[in-house]
Formats: sequence, structure tokens, C-alpha cells
Amino acid sequence: MVTSLRPKPGPTRSYNFPGFHDEILPSGIRLVTAPVAKLPVVTVLVIVDAGSTNDPAGKEGVAALTAGTLLEGSEKFDGAELAEKFEQLGTSVETGADWDSAFIKITVLSEQLEQATMLLGEAISSPVFPEREVERAKSERLAEILQLETEPRGLADEKFSEFLYTQESRYSKPDEGGTESVRALSRKDVEAFYRSSYRAGSTTAIIAGDTSTNEARALITRAFQRWPSGRAPNRPFVAMARTTRKSIHIVDKPEAPQSELRAGHVGLPRNHPDFFPTLVMNAVLGGLFGSRINLNLREEHGYTYGASSFYDWRRGPGPFVVSTAVQSEVTAAALREILLEIDRIRGERISEEELSLARDYLDGVFPIRYETTAAIASALATLVIYDLPADYYDSYRKNIREVSADAILEAARSHLHPDQLQTIVVGDARVIRASVSDLSVGDLHVYSS
Amino acid sequence: MGLHGGQFTTMRIPVETFHLDNGLFVTLSEDHSTPIVAVNLWYHVGSANEKAGRTGFAHLFEHMLFQGSAHVGSNEHFELIQRAGGTLNGSTWLERTNYFETVPSNELALALWLEADRMGELLPAMTQEKLDTQRDVVKNERRWAVDNQPYGTMLERMQELVFPASHPFQHSLIGSMEDLSAASLDDIAQFFATYYTPDNAVLSIAGDFGSTAARKLVTEYFGPIPSGKVRPELPPMNLPPVFGARLREVVYDNVSLPRLFMAFRSPVFGSEEYYAASVASAVLGMRKGSRLHRSLVRERQIAADAGAFTFDLAKGTDILVVDVTARPETSVAQLEQEVEREIDTVHGEGVTEPEVKRAIALIETDLLASLQSAGERADRLSMFATYFKRPELINEQADRYRSVTTQRVNALISERLGANNRANLLYVPKEGVELESALAAVAGTN
Repeated sequence: MVTSLRPKPGPTRSYNFPGFHDEILPSGIRLVTAPVAKLPVVTVLVIVDAGSTNDPAGKEGVAALTAGTLLEGSEKFDGAELAEKFEQLGTSVETGADWDSAFIKITVLSEQLEQATMLLGEAISSPVFPEREVERAKSERLAEILQLETEPRGLADEKFSEFLYTQESRYSKPDEGGTESVRALSRKDVEAFYRSSYRAGSTTAIIAGDTSTNEARALITRAFQRWPSGRAPNRPFVAMARTTRKSIHIVDKPEAPQSELRAGHVGLPRNHPDFFPTLVMNAVLGGLFGSRINLNLREEHGYTYGASSFYDWRRGPGPFVVSTAVQSEVTAAALREILLEIDRIRGERISEEELSLARDYLDGVFPIRYETTAAIASALATLVIYDLPADYYDSYRKNIREVSADAILEAARSHLHPDQLQTIVVGDARVIRASVSDLSVGDLHVYSS
Repeated sequence: MGLHGGQFTTMRIPVETFHLDNGLFVTLSEDHSTPIVAVNLWYHVGSANEKAGRTGFAHLFEHMLFQGSAHVGSNEHFELIQRAGGTLNGSTWLERTNYFETVPSNELALALWLEADRMGELLPAMTQEKLDTQRDVVKNERRWAVDNQPYGTMLERMQELVFPASHPFQHSLIGSMEDLSAASLDDIAQFFATYYTPDNAVLSIAGDFGSTAARKLVTEYFGPIPSGKVRPELPPMNLPPVFGARLREVVYDNVSLPRLFMAFRSPVFGSEEYYAASVASAVLGMRKGSRLHRSLVRERQIAADAGAFTFDLAKGTDILVVDVTARPETSVAQLEQEVEREIDTVHGEGVTEPEVKRAIALIETDLLASLQSAGERADRLSMFATYFKRPELINEQADRYRSVTTQRVNALISERLGANNRANLLYVPKEGVELESALAAVAGTN
């Protein structure tokens, strides 16, 4: 027999987020270094203030296309040669743009750090954006968009953004651009975007792993000596809701075995003062396996393999969304439970037990999040992109622990808006339609896909 | 204590092993750099062990292991670990099922106790109601990951295509809806008694703990659990090195782009020749500098994406799969012909030294980067202990890969990539299907 006595935790060992050094190099590039010598591996993450929200109107997708073709040809090497050179060094390379920044990331054994970083510097300081490669990247993006027609999860996410934000908002369109705007992009657009945005004053190099700050400084200074000075232009940003009236949109997929369900509204910007109470509130609502929404939909009812809610934290107010996929026949029943859970967390204070579960989890899991050089670099990028204070990670756990049940109730009442809920269902309209119209989820719109 | 002496060549992960009297194989690997510890259990049972009419049962059973045990309530395993600040999950594969948690190091005892309680006394907590709910959850998992997802049926269709009927790897891992419906509490009791025993499991602990204290806890919690009885042996799983014929299946499905999965029988995971196959797979399809990406995506632009991977099966035979998605303007016939032609070229001419070096360099970086995580270290220790009784193989992987020569890769390619060893699983958009005759023409050329 296994003992029935539950073990008690032992004494805790303290943990600190890896120490890092933050400076502005003479070139204007910001350098953040976190020497961590556990294994001989290093991640270099270069972020540039050239994310998708910087796309000029009508050029949606140009930020992603620029980041995606940065390594497709430089003054010295063509794209195939660059891939070959990086990969001969065992370098895993990734480039892309998300809403708030463009990024170029390499992870490499420390003995190859110098060569890989010099190659990276050369390549992204003198990209030539060959016509052929830009056109190829466009075609690959168009193929991706085509794939969404038969991919219900991605389609539901995309439709949700489209119905959530006003058309003037960059957030209403796919971050990598839609068919029309991508088709119209040219290598000239890419080159112009690169010239205006990829500048020292808008660039941060983050190096985490088996190296020293001095070595990293010397290396970045050398690798980026041709990086142009100046800053990327600021663009005015709109993130208004398309409507404040609740409504439900069904994208019809006849015979679909499940409904992909998204329900939510415009959320909060990352720098909102209620970040911590809102984070913990969402953990209770739908952020954890043991959250109300998941336990209700999955463990009580067996409606789904999983259900969750989250705030998509961006510089501007990203979406708040409840996301799940449920068996078609129970779509309305599942949606009703979601609405009940939103009302319940706004209606009454959560119990101490629920509070401590969410709080202790977010507090305790902190050291597990930063095991790898890539994870540390990404955490440092968050500091830079959202302009968080240098002691953000050192005070994170204290900030989590200080959230009270009252603060959570306040956050739920202030930042959950069931009266403005937009619901998107990608599923079989014939099965779903009648039952969801019994719920008070607003005007119903059906689209054939 | 760090894990390396400054050079990858001298990097060694410490590995200690011991057995309990009941047969539990335990591996320990200390690293005190961060106050976290990973606990990882592999049970040597997977979908291969399912009996006829119970496809999907090993995986459904995995779900039931989170439904409580003698001293743990339903879903309490999840709650206690998360409350402790830990992460956890489980997964099921053809040959094994694993359960794992990473927790702050002062919560090691909790993680071990929870695993011991469900290994020792699962059955008192099992009820019809819990089984019915998890059956619904798993059916929804099937709808989500397989039925309502483009190319989601790839794994089960591939298994069916490349393994002979009644081979333990031939049937679906997620299972059919009918078989899931048929699973009963009796099945649970029987499966538990047969396979969830200490002598059929490996326990690994990696991270911040003291060896003496950990041994004491493991002995206290797992020691009282009785060994199992004789387990039914798997039928012989060895297969000839090649299919001996061309296999082909066309799936008209709800997909936007044609996609070809071309599979080859390949040397079993862990064998000397497995490493050559793994390198060959990376030469063909790992990242942008790979043969298929360079040729089909970059140069000729007929593919939107191209990759390759191995299943890493440790019994009988492994499978190497090339995976190419067409561009919208590429026809189904063209996709299949062009991939065949690329593979013919590789088969006829072999690959070059720089291609092999590139592949090994990439594999080595990925290997090292993944070992940063305590959970990954624990999982690999469990894997090598389960399949080969040798967890210390974790420290030999880099050398094994480095010792693969171009000659060995080409010998492997010559033996395994020929026309007598290809199984084409071809997905075709059912909307706006191209002419059946065009497809027939391709079939005819084979």
C-alpha cells in the first residue's frame, strides 16, 4: 500500500531571474545580455520596432514579408548560400514579425557564436530582397491563406479578429496580411519598409547563454557596424471595437464534426495598470487546466477536449477570447456555460481556494519558465517591447501574490464585457443555428464558407 | 553544479540508476542550477499492446490516470501539481505511455507520491461516470485533432498503409469511435493489472535534488507496490527491410492543397543504422538548406513546404517519412512525380559530404538546446532506459551522430530509398478534384 499521508513541501530554495545587463551601444543599438553558462549554447534575438502594426494602410503584410525575406539574399550571398552557411554552423534561424516587433533569432553552440553572429549581421545589414524570393514568399503566404479555408481553428481565429475590430484597425486583418494586400505588395514596398524601419534606434540585440557581456558587446558592435542610425517612424494606431452590440457570426461548414467557438471582446493593452489582477482573474476563469471554464466544459460535461480563455497582450488592446472546439450538437449548451462562467466571475468574489490555486501556480511556475536560452531571450524581449521596468521579473512574483479576491472581482467587472460579446462559430449551421438563437448572444449572421 | 566543463565534447549529464525489489527501474540526474525538478514515468505500453476491438484504449487509459486514485480525488492530481507551481501532462505513443511533471524542487515528494498512488492504487477511484466523461473528452479530441483538421488522419492512415494487417503498429492510436464506445471498467481493471506495474515502468528524476533523499522517497512510495504478473508478449514485429512493392493510397479529403507523405521502412530506433537514417532524413528535409526544400520549395517552386522525419519506433522497423505540400498551382500528378524524381535522384546519386555535415550540425544544436530543460532530460533518460535499459545512452547521442559518415548515409539511402520501398499517402482536395484520369495516369507510371 502506498502511504496515504500526503507529503508536505520542503523548504524553498530561492530563485532569481537570470541577471542581465542593459545598455545603449554608441551606434544607438540597445544591447541586453544575460550570461547563463549551464550548457554551451547561446541564443541571439534581434528585435526591431517593425512589427505588423507598422504596416502602412493598404500594405498589410509588408512587415511580415520584410522579416520573412531578410535572409533571402545579401550583398555577398544569395538566399540558398545564406541558409547553407548558417546550417553548416548548426544554427537554427528564425525570422518573422508579430504585431509589435520584427525578430531575427538564432540559437547556436557557443563555439560557433562568433561566426554565426557575424554572418547574421552581414546578412541583415545588406539585404537585397531579390524579386524572385519576394515573389516566392508572397506565393507561400497566399498558399497559407488558401489552407485556412479548410482549417477551422485558424479560420475561427481570423474571423474573430475581423468581427472584433473596426476595419480601420490593423488588428482586424491577419498579421501577415490578407489575399488582396499581399498580392499587391512588391519588392519595392519591402525595400522601402526595411529602409524606414530597420534602424539602430529601433533595434535591440538580446544575447542569452554561454557568453559574457564583454564578448557580446564586442561581437554585436562588429556584426552591426553597417546598421543605419535613426529610428523607425511612429504610426498612429487604432484598435476600436467594430461594434459594442453583441452579435454571433456562424461561418457555415456543412457536416463539420465540431464547432470551433470563439467568444470575446476587445481586451487591454499590455501596459494597463490592472495587468496583474486581470492575469490572475483570467487564470481562474479559463487560464488553467483547473479553471472554471475548462473544468465545466471538459471535466463536467465532456463537451470538448479543452477550453480556455486568455487576454492576448499587445501594445494596443488585443482581444480577450474564450476559445474551444465542441461537438456540433452541444454548441449552444457549451456557449451557455461559457456565458454563465463569465457572469459568475463578475457576480461574486472567488473563493480563497480558487484564488490560491491561480496565485500559487503563477508564482511557483516562474522558475520553470526560464530553463532555456531561447526562453530567457524571449522574456527579455518582452521587457523591451512593452517598456517594462528593469526589476519587472524580480518583482513579478510579489505582484502576483498581492492580488486579492476583491481585486479579481474588480478586474472581472471592469474588464469582462458580456454585453459586448462577439461570438464566432465555424461549424455546421444546420445543426447549430436554431439552438444558438435561443441564447441571448445578439444578432445572428450566417456566412457560407 | 553546471552540466558541462566548457566544451560540448566533454559534456556529460550525470546518470545514476537503481532498481527496487518490485522491478521499478529508477534513473537520477542531478543539476542544481535552478531549483526545479522533473519527475517522469514511462510505462512500456502503448497502442501496440491493445487487443482487437479496443483501438484507442491505451490513450483513453492515460486520460483515466488523471481521474484520481485511492488517496487522490478526481482532477486533484492536476490541481495539486499546479498549486505547487508545477507543470504536468501525459502522452501516449505506439510503444509507450508517459506521465511527467516539473515542480519547484521542494515539491519533489508530492510529485513522487502522486505518481506512486496512481501506480499502486488506481482502481478504487475508477467509476463508470468518469469513464463515460473521459470517453466523450477523447472522442472530442479525435474530432479536434483528426477528423476536423486537414491531414489530421495522416498518422492512422499511414499506420494502416505501411504495416501489415494484425501487426501491432497497424491500428489507430487515437482509436475508432466504435472501439472507444466499447471500452468498459473491466477493460480498465485488466489493462491496469497487466501493464501499470513497477516492473513495466521506468521512473526518472532530473534536476535539483539530493540522491540520498530521492532514493529514500522513491523506496518509501513505490517500494510497497507489488510487481506485475506475466504480460502477454507482443507478436513478432520484425519485417523485411523494404516493402517489396510500391504501396499507394489516395485520400480525397477536406483539404486545400495536395500533400504527399512518402514513407520508407527504415532501421529500428537505436540501431547503428538508425543514426544514418536519421541523418538521411535531416539531409532530405530538415530546414531550408535541406535537399527537398532547396529543390522543390526554393528553386522549382512547386511546393509550399517540404520536410522529413522518422517515427523513432524501437521495435521491428522504423518509418522514415518525406512530407511535401504542393503550391496551389501544382497539380496532384505533378507533385507526386516531382517528389518521386527527387527521391530517385538521391537514390541514384547519393548525397554529399557537406549535406551530411550540415545535417549533423543541426541535429547536434537541437539536441543540446533541448537538454537545457529538466523535463526533456528526464524524458530521454526514461526513453533510453525503457527501450534499451541504458539511460546513459543520453550521453552518447552526439557522438553517435558525429560518427555517421557520408558513406553510411549513402549505403542506407541505397538500401532503403529505392522504388521497392515507397509508400505514398497522397491527400487530394475533394473540392474541385482534378481529373481522376490524371491520377490514374500517375498510378500507371508507377
